Amino acid sequence: MKQSSSTSASGELNAPAFRPEPFKLKHLLGIEGISTADITHLLDRADQMVAISRQVEKKRPTLSGRTLINLFFENSTRTQSSFEIAGQRLGMDVINMAVQTSSVKKGETLLDTAVTLNAMQPDLLVVRHSAAGAVELLSQKMGCPVINAGDGAHEHPTQALLDALTIRRTKGRINGLTVAICGDIAHSRVARSNIHLLNAMGAQVRVIAPSTLLPGQIEDLGVTAYRSMKQGLPGCDVVMMLRIQSERMSGAFIPSSREYYRFFGLNAERVAMANPDAIVMHPGPMNRGVEIASTIADGVQSVIAEQVEMGVAVRMAVMEALQASASLGAST
Amino acid sequence: MKRTIRSKPPRQRLFVNARVIDPDQNLDSHCDVLVTKGKIEAIGKSLPRENLKKSCKIIDCKGLVLAPGLVDARVFIGEPGGEHRETIKSASRAAAAGGVTSLVMMPDTKPVIDDAALVEFVRQTAREKSRVRILPTAALSKGQLGREMTEIGLLNDAGAVAFTDGRNTVDSAQMMRRALTYAGDFDALIMAATGDASLGGGVMNAGLNATRMGLPGIPREAEIIPLERDMRLVAMTRGRYHASTLSTSDSVDVISRARDNGLDVSAGVAVANLALNDNDIGSYRTFFRVSPPLRNEDDRKAMIDGIRTGKIDIICSNHDPHDVDTKRLPFAEAADGAIGLESLLAASLRLHHTDDIPLIRVLNCLSTAPAKRLGLDSGTLAIGSPADMILIDPDMPWVLKEDELRSRSRNTAFEGARFQGRVLKTIVEGRTVFSRDP
Repeated sequence: MKQSSSTSASGELNAPAFRPEPFKLKHLLGIEGISTADITHLLDRADQMVAISRQVEKKRPTLSGRTLINLFFENSTRTQSSFEIAGQRLGMDVINMAVQTSSVKKGETLLDTAVTLNAMQPDLLVVRHSAAGAVELLSQKMGCPVINAGDGAHEHPTQALLDALTIRRTKGRINGLTVAICGDIAHSRVARSNIHLLNAMGAQVRVIAPSTLLPGQIEDLGVTAYRSMKQGLPGCDVVMMLRIQSERMSGAFIPSSREYYRFFGLNAERVAMANPDAIVMHPGPMNRGVEIASTIADGVQSVIAEQVEMGVAVRMAVMEALQASASLGAST
Repeated sequence: MKRTIRSKPPRQRLFVNARVIDPDQNLDSHCDVLVTKGKIEAIGKSLPRENLKKSCKIIDCKGLVLAPGLVDARVFIGEPGGEHRETIKSASRAAAAGGVTSLVMMPDTKPVIDDAALVEFVRQTAREKSRVRILPTAALSKGQLGREMTEIGLLNDAGAVAFTDGRNTVDSAQMMRRALTYAGDFDALIMAATGDASLGGGVMNAGLNATRMGLPGIPREAEIIPLERDMRLVAMTRGRYHASTLSTSDSVDVISRARDNGLDVSAGVAVANLALNDNDIGSYRTFFRVSPPLRNEDDRKAMIDGIRTGKIDIICSNHDPHDVDTKRLPFAEAADGAIGLESLLAASLRLHHTDDIPLIRVLNCLSTAPAKRLGLDSGTLAIGSPADMILIDPDMPWVLKEDELRSRSRNTAFEGARFQGRVLKTIVEGRTVFSRDP
């Protein structure tokens, strides 16, 4: 006791005036409720990971010997491989659980799966599930950190972080920017995570969608809702398109894909409504000719490919931070 | 203390020094109650003790509240077909502990109670195993499929107290019309759920919380539209109709307007919709997934207001036991329903303790009103009526602990809840079926 107080007294002389709280999250289940300091910490770390990923020698032994399990209840080639690459670059052993062929198909419940996986002593679990809240439910039974790779229409936190990193690197800041999120807001976890993150970082968030794809009281989440691209796009620094599922376009929410493209597709004319230096983003995979024109997707304002690169860096940063806070929790 | 409905009631008992609250007689005063052979023989201040039988036991109520036993108008039980969730026996134990002396059993079993033989099965099982009165209802449509009506006359004769498709809302207006018309010939009561299946395809109240959590919402209109339809049909057919569980302010207006127009309609509310709102769901807690869904605070207050103004008649537990296999799932995949027999009184008494509703009115909604609506002779302490009574300490503080529940399922929305008011004795036809030391 005495000793520690004397060391901290001498340490305080050199300490910076503001010392941020260390990153203490056990899991990354969503952006809602995460502090701005934690988000900034992750983005700063991800920035360094980008540099590492661009080296010829990409592998770092930081987390070597640890096991990462990718558990995807929904198919996703890109997100799964992004997590896989991130894990491998940190030296982890990565196992992809093919849920489609596993016992989950045989009627095993989510919690039984969790108990089984937990018994295999993984160090990190990445989960995607079609039901909102499923990842949180699963995390209650896991002894290791859990990363939500998308749960239903709830959250997809690493996507929001990679979007923020992309914006910060191209625009130099997030605070004060105007960001429009366009498309299927009602069913989008990407939209929800981005709304929380961008608001936390001081951006102005707009959502643009037909009313059938805007969930009730969305404005209470701190966004301005627009029902047309013409009204919503002027003044935007970032135009974020969302993927629209084909099953939503069979008359249930919107009459047809051609009608959607006519009113909400992002084409050159509509990009021109936003600020001249606006960037265009898309979480992928894109439906060219439905929500975005090919010329825009491949155009100079598009940062879609960069988003994918940032995805790996952000996931590396998240994995490292969660491992650090887990060992911190274990030592105290 | 293993007493079922079958065992003989004690010959005579005198309850002295009680605060007797009988909503039926609008009575709230300190007096004695004499019970002979399971019936209330006398009630009054300092009843004479000279002519009592030698075996008569005198029970000192110590100034606590003696009231008619609760009549729970909506209880789901798993027997037959879902005995791992709840049996008639376990439900009756839970009911006795909760002060419920009569419970109305929904026909949502496997098989569905849509046949006179099944009504007889429930009554027989209840006679053998239950401590409280189990009043079976029968399905309104065969298999609760909403297409053809059941044998309402035969089921009525077999002892079904009302007709209902339970959790299901009758989709077809024509089916509802015919059922109301035909049931009218037998003076049978139809108890209806009002939730439009296509409009209400969500999993929780539509609104900010649903949006935030990324869950599909159930708009208030999903309840209001079928209710308004049914009011039109009641006006057309002159049937007897009870809306089992309302949850929105507009529904209260719809019912009250229909009553003003002279229709024979009544309304109930699940105690969850009086005590909780959709913020309580927190982080996807499935025990708070109930039907009708927990609405927002404005609607919760409107429900309390409905109780105060008399526009809502009945408070029910909407007891719906579920095991982990249907509840420990992601919110959108979990089943609706929470148990409530043991928390019905205490949760309802919150309305009294917050000074929203007088105690006698709360007890009325829990006993007298449902008994009257179902045509029972209980729910009152009038002379000659069966001695179905509860002794309660309306102020006793307690905390609900999941592992102390008597129900076979554990899906309570009140785990860890702090309550004020507890049942000390439950008496069915003069027999003490439950007692707890104060």
